[in-house]
Amino acid sequence: MTAAAASVDREAARLTDLDSAIGDADHGSNLQRGFAAVVKVLEAEPPGTPGAVLTTAGRQLISTVGGASGPLYGTLLRRTGKQLGDADRVTADELRAALRAGVDAVAQLGGSAPGDATMLDALDPAVEALATSFRAAAEAAVQGAEATVPLQARKGRASYLGERSIGHQDPGATSSALLFSALAETAGEGAAR
Amino acid sequence: MKMLINTPESVVTDALRGMAAAHPDLVVDVENRVIVRRDAPVSGKVGLVSGGGSGHEPLHGGFVGAGMLDAVCPGAVFTSPVPDQMVRAATAVDSGAGVLFVVKNYTGDVLNFRMAAELAEDEGVQVATVVVDDDVAVTDSLHTAGRRGTGGTLFVEKIAGAAAAEGAPLDRVAGLARQVVESSRSFGVALSSCTTPAKGGPMFDLPAGELELGVGIHGEPGRERRPMMTAGEIADYAVDAVLTDLRPRHPVLLLVNGMGGTPLLELYGFGAEVHRVLGERDVPVARTLVGNYVTSLDMAGCSVTLCQADEELLRLWDAPVRTPALRWGC
Repeated sequence: MTAAAASVDREAARLTDLDSAIGDADHGSNLQRGFAAVVKVLEAEPPGTPGAVLTTAGRQLISTVGGASGPLYGTLLRRTGKQLGDADRVTADELRAALRAGVDAVAQLGGSAPGDATMLDALDPAVEALATSFRAAAEAAVQGAEATVPLQARKGRASYLGERSIGHQDPGATSSALLFSALAETAGEGAAR
Repeated sequence: MKMLINTPESVVTDALRGMAAAHPDLVVDVENRVIVRRDAPVSGKVGLVSGGGSGHEPLHGGFVGAGMLDAVCPGAVFTSPVPDQMVRAATAVDSGAGVLFVVKNYTGDVLNFRMAAELAEDEGVQVATVVVDDDVAVTDSLHTAGRRGTGGTLFVEKIAGAAAAEGAPLDRVAGLARQVVESSRSFGVALSSCTTPAKGGPMFDLPAGELELGVGIHGEPGRERRPMMTAGEIADYAVDAVLTDLRPRHPVLLLVNGMGGTPLLELYGFGAEVHRVLGERDVPVARTLVGNYVTSLDMAGCSVTLCQADEELLRLWDAPVRTPALRWGC
């Protein structure tokens, strides 16, 4: 979470720039505010298990971010954390299954599917690639985000642009890739590119 | 870019402190970002709660008061508020008669209000939700986020607010709100970009000699760009866009709305042209409101909203209202 917060902090201006091309220029600053709050609450009351870290972080994002990214990222982390349960330690397989549940919850909440030019275009391939390694997942997420460039946005504010959303990388998919890179970094496998 | 602010981070908080100082009829919780009418909850009355990103003032805080909204939750600039704010607002105004959430159709607002409705119901508040989607400039399809909510929101809040003030039950207030949504259509035009405090510069480039037709209230691009047009030509374009979608069988309520950076001198002139076009199209206008009501920070431009109003809607529109930004009959 700390690595994710640092990464979001570092890339906030880029996320906001991507968002100003097709949205309303606040994706970076909103996530920055949310993840700063996550780090603060985790430091104040460190949860005992990985599952609790994620549910606490998710709840904090819902309470601070606003916009669409608050509920969507909040749901991703909360559902993943709930799926992990009370275990003190989790295996890579357990994490992958839990993330799958989290990503499915995001798809349901947003009513979207891969190919709509949303965060799912990064999250979905990343969870699949997690079977190989954290690093592979991070790279799949980056590729997934880049693959939104030629897509027409069908959800969120970018969808108002219609065909003119083509040619822009989705900010949500980009921030999702940042999170998977932070995960790979934390696992000691290096970030994607 | 020069702005009359302290810091981009404190813009909303500072504005809320100012609202508290200027309007003693309101209770402004600056820390939790909730504005509630001072006499809430009003016994036996359905509570009306709205909210959304800041930057559209006077929407929504300016519409809190007798005959309109009971509470609002402002988010960060152009960003939906969070569920915690909405739940706080709902519990503050619920008298036991239930609460109506008036939500503009943006993904973030819809998701956060949906979560808030579940949380509020856990706390024993009965919640109904109406989603406003009046903007004809964007396509309405199952595969997109659908139409944006813009100027029609004001009609929904005023008319549903009047019904609630009369003591109508929740399902009736929600039903009227939905009728207003179905009867309202809008179209917006930008002559310049807006400036968000976080970005500190224009959100998009609009060359001096061009205008953007069909713009959204967050500066989202519209249908097309054209070389600058006269007020009369813009009125022809905007009214035709609305009437292509809405074929009123009743006289209409008309909102000629400024986006924040256009003076009333220009808005009234534009309003005259809108009246001319509606006359040419045989659409009678029952009431007209001209001014800055649903703004987009400092954007120059305007929008036109029509709501076809049967006698009941017209009566509720005329009912007394006492809020910072809308006030008549009392």
